[in-house]
Amino acid sequence: MESSDLVTALADLKEEEALKIVEEKLNAGEDPFKILEDVRRGMEIVGKHFANNEYFISDLLYAGEILRVVTEKVKPKLATTKEAKRLGKVIIGSVEGDIHDIGKNIVVFMLEANGFEVHDLGVDIPPEKFVEKIKETGATIVGLSGFLTLVFDSMKKTVEAMEKAGLRGKVKIMIGGGQINEEIRRYTGADAYGRDAIDAVTLAKKWVVDV
Amino acid sequence: MEEKQEELFNRWFSPQVEFVDEKTEEAYKARVTRLKDAIQYKKTPDRVPVFALLGFFPAYYAGLTPYDIMHDYSKLEIAFEKYVSDFEPDGHCGAIGPGPGKFFEILDYKLYAWPGHGVAPQHSYQCIEGEYMKADEYDALIQDPTYFFLATYFPRIFGAIEPFKELSPFTNVLEMYGGFTPVSFTPFGMPGIQAALKALMEAGNESLKWIGHVVASERKVTAAGFPDIFGGGTKAPFDTIGDTLRGTKGIMLDMYRRHDKLLQAMEIFTPLMIRMGASAAKANGNPIVFIPLHKGADGFISNKQFEEFYWPTLKKVMMGLINEGCVPFLYAEGSYNSRLELIKNDLPKGKTLWGFDQTEMAKAKEIIGDSACICGNVPTSLLTVGTPQAVKDYAKKLIETCSEGGGFIMMNGAVIDEAKPENVKAMIEATKEFGAYK
Repeated sequence: MESSDLVTALADLKEEEALKIVEEKLNAGEDPFKILEDVRRGMEIVGKHFANNEYFISDLLYAGEILRVVTEKVKPKLATTKEAKRLGKVIIGSVEGDIHDIGKNIVVFMLEANGFEVHDLGVDIPPEKFVEKIKETGATIVGLSGFLTLVFDSMKKTVEAMEKAGLRGKVKIMIGGGQINEEIRRYTGADAYGRDAIDAVTLAKKWVVDV
Repeated sequence: MEEKQEELFNRWFSPQVEFVDEKTEEAYKARVTRLKDAIQYKKTPDRVPVFALLGFFPAYYAGLTPYDIMHDYSKLEIAFEKYVSDFEPDGHCGAIGPGPGKFFEILDYKLYAWPGHGVAPQHSYQCIEGEYMKADEYDALIQDPTYFFLATYFPRIFGAIEPFKELSPFTNVLEMYGGFTPVSFTPFGMPGIQAALKALMEAGNESLKWIGHVVASERKVTAAGFPDIFGGGTKAPFDTIGDTLRGTKGIMLDMYRRHDKLLQAMEIFTPLMIRMGASAAKANGNPIVFIPLHKGADGFISNKQFEEFYWPTLKKVMMGLINEGCVPFLYAEGSYNSRLELIKNDLPKGKTLWGFDQTEMAKAKEIIGDSACICGNVPTSLLTVGTPQAVKDYAKKLIETCSEGGGFIMMNGAVIDEAKPENVKAMIEATKEFGAYK
């Protein structure tokens, strides 16, 4: 079985076919790291389809699910944990007061698929948690997510907290979510807003070079 | 269906209330006529109608918190009436939206966190996503939706009636003497179910107390000359299943993994959704049935998925409501740019109202504006952090873009909570200033 078959099956969201190929590879004793590399390539193509408006949130959620199932199959066969080289560190979370996470999770998926080390803090994250995590990880990129209008103020407070902690010069901050636009970006003092996960990846890639 | 729609509009035009005076009656009738003309396309209205789609805005405006108006219903009345009398919109969304906090507490409601219960008293509801229906339960839902709701879904979403999972299907009660019928009733003798039934009675008492305030307040506002926009509400079958049964991720995966079952389940829900909307509209004497649209928005699914999964049953719900004389108010959250071409040929002229949040309005007017009345699009961000002048400019531009030939109503894009009052006022006043048809 050619490795490109697995890449194609994943990129085309053919779940059963992809799982079958993975099983065959594992049974044939193939290096699990090589399989995971194919998986990463498949997911990279999924991301490209999304960027080109050929795939949608439905496809990304399904891709994420296939990724989960495949990884679960391969992981037990990994003898050692070889750290993959990462582009940069991103801290992300839904800001204080907001417990929505579907959009945020898609951004996390896309950033990881593009080689970033993502620290996902979860939902309803108070400003000081972001500050703490930046100090702990030395991350240079922060993503603030929020679906409701109450997050306008939460985001503003979070940006201010970073300022107070003396971190503002060291990190770039992006915001995103249902009602976020340029006007809210100015209001919160963030560096940029992203309309979707593709914007998030583009911004992160740009900032990794800049910092 | 023409006569049925006319009849419902007539009932809306002549509500069963004692108006404050002739002036308020006249104002009320002028407002309903304005809305009706904008929707029906038979006559150009005197000017563009305007109303705001509100969340907890009236509470904030009255200096109260969402928690306050959900727990003290007299405060709900104060906030709601103050908003309507100070802003004088052409219509309002009623006082029903905020809901009764104690009701949810009694039932231990799991679908949402609400003010004072999982979210701060000064903030709004938040949905708690989950698979309240499991992937392998489609057959059970399809076979008997009511029993599935009663004995599987309710126990998961209302903690206080969890024991209902012990109930037997009511269709087991057949005309057979002896032991057949009584045996179906044994669950009602169990302590758990009896406690659940007590909780239901308590919740019923609370609901009755709350709705009394809601109705009294709405009647007062009607008597003062302001019509309620909503006759009823229902949902697209895809959203019914996707929002709080299977959840967002669940339904997205089901399109791939349980294609046929999902389609079948949506067909089962279709007549139920029509019944829900039409019966409320008839009871309330108002044709407008609100349908918030969620998971068919741009970006969520492909156009192909929209055409295969989302639109066919929504279209049936829409047509079913129209046949009953209702006016479906399809409120597309997010944006709908890629869907406009797909739906345009399915919209009978003068029978629907489309609310848009971030959809490009020039495009909406061009593509569906010949048959459907469109409204919305004043950004929530602008109303929350912008200036009155910026709002006024935005509203003026919207009127220029969308109002030609009628079929346009001014409205905000997404539901508003903590918007600046002067901005909401600017949206309403700009419409009155620039929206007149000559």
